[in-house]
Amino acid sequence: MSQIIVHVDKIGLTYQTAEGETEAIKDISMDIYEKDFVGIVGPSGCGKSTLLSIIAGLIKPTRGTVIVDGQAVDGPSNKMGYMLQEDYLFEWRNIWQNVLLGLEIQNKVNESTKSHVEQLLKNYGLYEFRYHYPHQLSGGMRQRAALIRTLALNPEILLLDEPFSALDYQTRLAVSEEVAAIIKQEGKTAVLVTHDISEAISMSDRIYVLSQRPAIVKNVYDIRLSCQDKTPLNARKCPEFREYFNSIWKELDIHVG
Amino acid sequence: MSVNRDIFVSPERQSYLKQMKKRRQNIILGRVLILIGIIVGWEAAADLGIIDPFITSQPSKILTTIINLHNNGQLYNHIWATVAETVVGFIVGTAFGTLIAIGLWWSDYACKILDPYLVVLNSLPKPALGPILIVWLGNGKPAIIAMALLISLIVTIIMVLNGFLEVDKNKIKLLQTFGASKAQILTKVILPASVPTVISALKINVGLSWVGVIMGEFLVSKEGLGYLIIYGSQVFELDLVMSSVIILAIVAAIMYQAVSYLETRFMQYKE
Repeated sequence: MSQIIVHVDKIGLTYQTAEGETEAIKDISMDIYEKDFVGIVGPSGCGKSTLLSIIAGLIKPTRGTVIVDGQAVDGPSNKMGYMLQEDYLFEWRNIWQNVLLGLEIQNKVNESTKSHVEQLLKNYGLYEFRYHYPHQLSGGMRQRAALIRTLALNPEILLLDEPFSALDYQTRLAVSEEVAAIIKQEGKTAVLVTHDISEAISMSDRIYVLSQRPAIVKNVYDIRLSCQDKTPLNARKCPEFREYFNSIWKELDIHVG
Repeated sequence: MSVNRDIFVSPERQSYLKQMKKRRQNIILGRVLILIGIIVGWEAAADLGIIDPFITSQPSKILTTIINLHNNGQLYNHIWATVAETVVGFIVGTAFGTLIAIGLWWSDYACKILDPYLVVLNSLPKPALGPILIVWLGNGKPAIIAMALLISLIVTIIMVLNGFLEVDKNKIKLLQTFGASKAQILTKVILPASVPTVISALKINVGLSWVGVIMGEFLVSKEGLGYLIIYGSQVFELDLVMSSVIILAIVAAIMYQAVSYLETRFMQYKE
């Protein structure tokens, strides 16, 4: 079996504001294996995005540690690439300048990194559009450009924070299919935070279900589907898909009204 | 697509295009007619004694006055004096205002501490400071430029700072995931994202700077269009006053157009 690459060890987070204390995360531990695709689902406002920010080193937890590749996380690192809820491509930069942004920040723009990025653009069908501005691209292409911007720094782990939530349903299916294929092809480990149960099942190898705030891990599912070719779209057709959906749905205990 | 349109134009499209052309022509015609109407009406009313040209002046006298000013070479000295003061006023006002806004963005503490001072300075009518400026800076150009600067500075600080604070937090978060420093956040996101805000501040400052300069020239100067206006009214030569106001209107409009052109140049990526 492959190695543990991310070890989340008894994380807790308490916010301090003028109004008082809020316990966002009570106690979360998880092990993420190399090249796995891990989904994190939970009711809205349960702190799943916060958890991702902690893993990324953007927020310091009140208790506990995150260990990536044997090292404790202390601030953002190049081992991890973060994808936000929208593409956040800068409208004043063309696609080429946008995908180089991370390298530029870290003063790593050179011939070899540039040719790596060029190759990524070529592989994922954006090379011809490199001098276009973001508003000239479709939602799916923009999302791919955002992914390439993250991949440009060659992270081992991709942290996806509801990366498709700004897209309409059809684009969303198509883009999640593409992104899953790219992540698999590049051999990356991925952690996907989402409130969409179907999306989590269709993309993940393993799903962590979080409770309401203050969050704990309520349950862990290893997703084993009988399909031949487990792309997100095919996964939705598997007989087991519905069973997983129903049990996670119950687990989340969503009440309407 | 566009090639096809050139080869074959449907009759409906032709009549639509014709209609649009007619509409454009009518709009221009309307504008010209209003101008001619004003000039002819004004001239005729003065000639027929309906209005007194001594206090209203009249177009033919305005034209003669402008030609005289042109012939003795004074016209361009006055225009130049006023334009130079205005340009210095709005450029320095926008630049300083933006710099101070950067400082306030950088330090949240400074921003909070200085907030009430900005509010008070913003609500204070700046011409009230005119006499103080004259005492401090003397009876000349520095006082006029300071006036133009003061009028635009505070507005610029508030506008640009608000622009900075409205930049999407997630764009900043994106840079933080790359490990960006505060200086990098400023130069890579905050400033480029705020170019439209700074340019609209510049546009507003052109207008405010004119107000400041004309105010200042009323108070102290020995040259400039504001000086001509106040001098003309003091010696009761309304021809000179009206001529100066008209020249001022034309020069101010040209300057505004120039800044608008600058805006479209900078905003090209949005097209």
